[in-house]
Amino acid sequence: MSAESGIELEFVLESADFNGAGEASSKIKRTLQQLGVRPDIIRRIAISAYEAEMNVIIHASRGVIKAGIHSDRTELVVEDEGPGIADIGLAMQEGFSTAPDHIREMGFGAGMGLPNMARCTDKFDIKSEKNVGTKLRMVIYH
Amino acid sequence: MKLAQVRIMLDAEVLCGREWLDREVKSACGADLMSDVLAFTKEQGLLLTGLTNIQVIRTAEMSDLVAILFVRGKRPGPEVVEMAKNMEIPLLSTKKQMYEACGLLYRDGLAGCSLKEEHFCRQNPELN
Repeated sequence: MSAESGIELEFVLESADFNGAGEASSKIKRTLQQLGVRPDIIRRIAISAYEAEMNVIIHASRGVIKAGIHSDRTELVVEDEGPGIADIGLAMQEGFSTAPDHIREMGFGAGMGLPNMARCTDKFDIKSEKNVGTKLRMVIYH
Repeated sequence: MKLAQVRIMLDAEVLCGREWLDREVKSACGADLMSDVLAFTKEQGLLLTGLTNIQVIRTAEMSDLVAILFVRGKRPGPEVVEMAKNMEIPLLSTKKQMYEACGLLYRDGLAGCSLKEEHFCRQNPELN
């Protein structure tokens, strides 16, 4: 596998599908394991993908997560249609969350998702438009 | 510390994964917030939690946790146990409360999880 060709995985995410939440990240993780990527790198990719997946399921109406796996890096692109993020700076602060109580009861909505993703990735880019949606692009070098 | 020792110390019941009790536990984390678990735990860590839903198993899968120990006698439903079994994640349940369970393990030398020790993650992430 050269640095530029690679494997592309794509999964559709549905709003409030809490039982299916994590399936996409799980498949991405297993593919990386099969490719022999280092376990500590896989862990960072899996955590970033899972946090992003949960965010779409919690906040958006629908979304897509794509993983581009190359020999030197994995690129995660997560795009959703939904309310968007009004203040990205605020959303990046640990502890800030707009998730409702029933999400918190499930163990999410602690306001750690975006900071976690930023911490676990080598490149993190977020664009959001209110009432349109959010697009995340993350790169993790192998 | 072996998972088998954790089981004895907390008088815990094994809900699945009896065959994996010889696994080594390197550190532990007590939390009901899964994002905190994703941020703070390290691989081969043990999660002590009062939450019993599917997201707990998924979180353990993503974080490469060694096992999950439910406190206060909590037990997940059969579909959650089945999922853990498929992912080879042992599940244990103790009647002890979170504070006491964590305290007993800590007193016996099992370290906590510290964000600062995660070498590969950025400490001060900025948008880039």
